[in-house]
Order: sequence, then C-alpha cells, then structure tokens
Amino acid sequence: MPLYTENKDLIEVEDGTKIIKGSNVIITNLDKIVNWGRSNSLWPLTFGLACCAIEMMAAGASYLDLDRFGILFRASPRQADVIIIAGTVTYKMAPVVKRVYDQMPEPRYVVAMGSCACTGGIFNTYSTVQGADQFLPVDVYIPGCPPRPEALMYGLIKLKEKIMKEQEKWGSWK
Amino acid sequence: MGQLEIEKLNETTFVLQMGPHHPATHGVLKLYCEFEGERVLRIIPDVGYLHRGVEKLAESKTYPVAMTITDRLDYISSMTNNIGYCIAIERLMGIEPTRRAKFIRTMVAELTRLSSHLLWLATHALDIGAMTVFLYAFREREQILTFFEKICGARLTVSYPRIGGVRVDVEQAVLDEIYGFTDTMLKKIDDYEELLTENRIWIARTKGIGIISAEEALSLGLTGPVLRGSGVYYDIRKLEPYDAYGEVNFEVPLGENGDTYDRYLCRIQEMRQSVFIIKQCIEKMPEGQVISEQSPQIDMPFQGKREILADGSLWNGFVSFTDKKNEIMPKGEFYSAIEAPKGELGFYIVSDGSGRPYRMRVRAPSFIHISAIPKLCEGHLLADVITIIGTLDIVMGEADR
Repeated sequence: MPLYTENKDLIEVEDGTKIIKGSNVIITNLDKIVNWGRSNSLWPLTFGLACCAIEMMAAGASYLDLDRFGILFRASPRQADVIIIAGTVTYKMAPVVKRVYDQMPEPRYVVAMGSCACTGGIFNTYSTVQGADQFLPVDVYIPGCPPRPEALMYGLIKLKEKIMKEQEKWGSWK
Repeated sequence: MGQLEIEKLNETTFVLQMGPHHPATHGVLKLYCEFEGERVLRIIPDVGYLHRGVEKLAESKTYPVAMTITDRLDYISSMTNNIGYCIAIERLMGIEPTRRAKFIRTMVAELTRLSSHLLWLATHALDIGAMTVFLYAFREREQILTFFEKICGARLTVSYPRIGGVRVDVEQAVLDEIYGFTDTMLKKIDDYEELLTENRIWIARTKGIGIISAEEALSLGLTGPVLRGSGVYYDIRKLEPYDAYGEVNFEVPLGENGDTYDRYLCRIQEMRQSVFIIKQCIEKMPEGQVISEQSPQIDMPFQGKREILADGSLWNGFVSFTDKKNEIMPKGEFYSAIEAPKGELGFYIVSDGSGRPYRMRVRAPSFIHISAIPKLCEGHLLADVITIIGTLDIVMGEADR
C-alpha cells in the first residue's frame, strides 16, 4: 500500500520538491538535498597571498560577516571546500598553491579573487603567473584591484548558485 | 622551484618548515625552523614567494603612473607608500606641494597609520588567541576605510596623493565626520587596552619574548615601532619633518625593555598620537589649491608648459614621454625616506632625464625586519615564533616586492 493515497495531501513548494501536508516530511531527489547542504556550508581556506587577502579578512570580520552565509574560514586545507586565490600568484608560489589545492578533499571549488588571480592584472612581469586558471580549474572570477568585500560576497553567492545546478555529483566523485 | 636544503646541526634536532601558506605568517613567508625539543635552535627565513617584479615594472612606467604600483607594496598602508614616492619625486623635480595639500596628506597618512596599527593589533592578538580584539579592531578599521572611500573613492589601493599635491580636495563635511571619529577613537583605544594591557595571558605571552637591545636593533637596521620599542629615539617625522609634521605637536612613544610587550605599548601610544595629529590637521587646515601648478600630468609634461596643437590634440605631450631621449627631468640619483607605519620607507630613484625612472629601489622596512627573526627567536618556544612574526608587523608584498 502506498504511503499516500490522494494527491491533495502533497503540496509542491518548488520544482521537484513536495511536502506532505500536515507532517514534517519533504519529498525531493538526492541531487537537490546534496546540493542544498553543500552550498549552505561553504568553508573557504584561510589562505591569503597579497592585497586581496586583506579585503577577504574584512569580509569575514565584524562589519560584513560572512558567517551568516554559512561561510566559515578554516585554517586546514583538509577541512576546506573552497579555496579563494586572493592575490598575485608568482612562479615560486604556484607549486605551493597547487599542493594546497591537491590536499583539499573533493568536491572542491576555486574562486579567483582580484585582477591578479584572474589575469595577472597590472603585474605583467617575469615572475608573475598570468592568472590562476593556468594551473587550477577556476569556478568564479571576481574582478577588481582589490574587489570590495561585497564583490567577494557576490562571487560566493554565484558559486552557491553554481553548486545548486550540479547533477549526480554525490557518491564517489566523478 | 629551488628548495632550500637544510643540514641538521645534530641527530637529535627536528626540522620544521613553516609556511608559506601558514595563516599566522602574515602572507607568504616561509621559515625553516630547527628545534631541540620545543626550543628553537635556529631559523632561516625564505622570502620571495610574492616577488612581483615591482621595481622592474616601474622602469617601464612614467613617474606619475609608477605611483599606482607603490600602492601594492605595503597594501595595508598604501597612502603612506604613495606619499613616500611622491615626496621623492617632488624633491627630485624641485616641486613644492601646496599648503592645503600638505595638511591633507598628513591627515590621511595618520589615518593610514591608525588603520595599519589596527590591522596589526587584530592579527597579532588573533595569532596569540584573543579573538575579540580582531572583531573590535576591524570595526574601527572599516570606518577609516569608509573615510578613504569618501575622500578618493577607493578603499585599499588609493593612489590619492599626486606629485605636487593630492588628486581631489576633501569636502568640509568629510572633515567634520573625521573630527567626530577621532573623539570616539580615543575611547576605542582604551577598550583595546582594557582587553589586553593588564590581561594575565597577554602579559605571559608577550613579556620577555623577543627581546632585542638598542645596539642590536640599530646594527640590524630596524626602524619604526620595533626600534622605538627598544628605546631608540628615531622617527623621521621628528628628525626630518616632511609635509606638515613640522607644524603639529606630537610625542614619540618609546619602550624600555625592547620586548614584544613594549612594542605593543609603543604602537598603542602611537595610535593615540595619530589621533591627536589628525585633530590638529583638521583644526589648522588652510584654504587654497590642493595641487601645485608645476605638477606633471599623467602623460608627463608639466602643466604650466603644456602646449595644445592647433587641432586641439595633445600630440606634443604624448611625444615627450614616449621619447626616451627627451630630457624633461633633472638627471641624478636621489634617496628620500618617510616614516611609514612599519618603519622607514625609502625610495631611491635614479633618473636619466627621460620621463621614466631609470631605476627605482624601495627600502622596505618589512624586508629588513624579517632579517631580525632569527635573532629574536633564539631560544624561544615554537608558539613564541608566531608572537615574534606578529610583533614585527611584516607585510610580504613590501618585503618581496
């Protein structure tokens, strides 16, 4: 015998998400519930490279408070979901950044914050990597030199939206 | 990339590589530490993880344009970097900034000193374990950054001063707002002191840690609050006044023991003095132009001598800076230093007469302070290494350039 017999007991609150009337039961698919959990607890790595790191700190501090989005800074790459490349990446630093990225558990995301991390910015010199996307798969680019903390927030919200659209990225990572 | 090889002193020691992505190293500093038990035997700093080629890059820019690069040296106090660079070029060209510009510069430089010391206090206390101070200090820092935004439109990398003055005038409403802020700021500094100065944990973690005597500090070339914490009276604002520092009254706080606690007290007192300087600047602010008439434009010929061609184009201005043989600057070498929040910030400019610097060398205080880490850490515990990095107040953008 099915759990529910009549359609009127089911209320559709969103596309693909239904609530059984009068109870605390939600019916949805696994993609949605996994993405919902993942996008609401993004833990970035405390990893500053240059000027943008100061704005990243300001975004996490008292006035702008990233905690309300469920974004808490973690000091260890093994506990982090997202790495914010905040500043200029040099050729000496690039292998270190790559190693830190490799230490993060999957699923992992990369945010390139600032002109330097996006394209190299004004530092078109012999020692600067021209954009973090030359060695990392960047998900969100935030332009600005440095971007305001609000811009970083907007970038992280965009990353949330991106995570919400993922499909079948659970179980063993593919 | 080239990894440093360390040979152990003996079999019982333990080598630890700290950084370059450690949250407490204030950027990308790497330390090779060798321990005997938990005591530091020796430390070798490895710098260069943020070497961006700033000095080389400046050679390809004209003098006014190269100023934007100095913002990114010490990104916590970009205003003083700009002022230091502008003063060097002004002295080279023989330009005198207007009187109002001098007072505005002094005011924004002291606001920058406040914000830099606030960030130092926040991170230093956070590293030692006091989270509340971080949140308190960032609250006030955000206000100062809002003032910068109202003055020039940028928060962090401002590029506000110009060679021969400042870019735009400050409105009276903003000056009044800053004046109101100075009163509350003094109370806030009392709040920080209440949290830390007599805190037993803070005293246990900072008193007697990283002692350096006056002779050693001088021989290592330390400047700024790190030197003054050892009791040496050295402040370029007093000894060689630039801008309006000759016309305002302030004291130079000195320490006695040269340990982390004294340097902390020194910086806290400096914040109070900065507030007094800002107040005096606003009270004495004269009227008038904010930029000198001789000041060069972005495309380099002097404003006074600029000629516009018959068709209205700026062609001759364009030529004068693209043509390297065109002699528009005095030739020679010049060094000029100012008191940045972290110490003596010097710019050494070599001019060959063209519109671009032949060589720009930056004497960055952070780089020299890093050389003191091995000396300061001798015989301390691993946890004290974090304290010592914090108390030196280093910024890697400036150290590696």
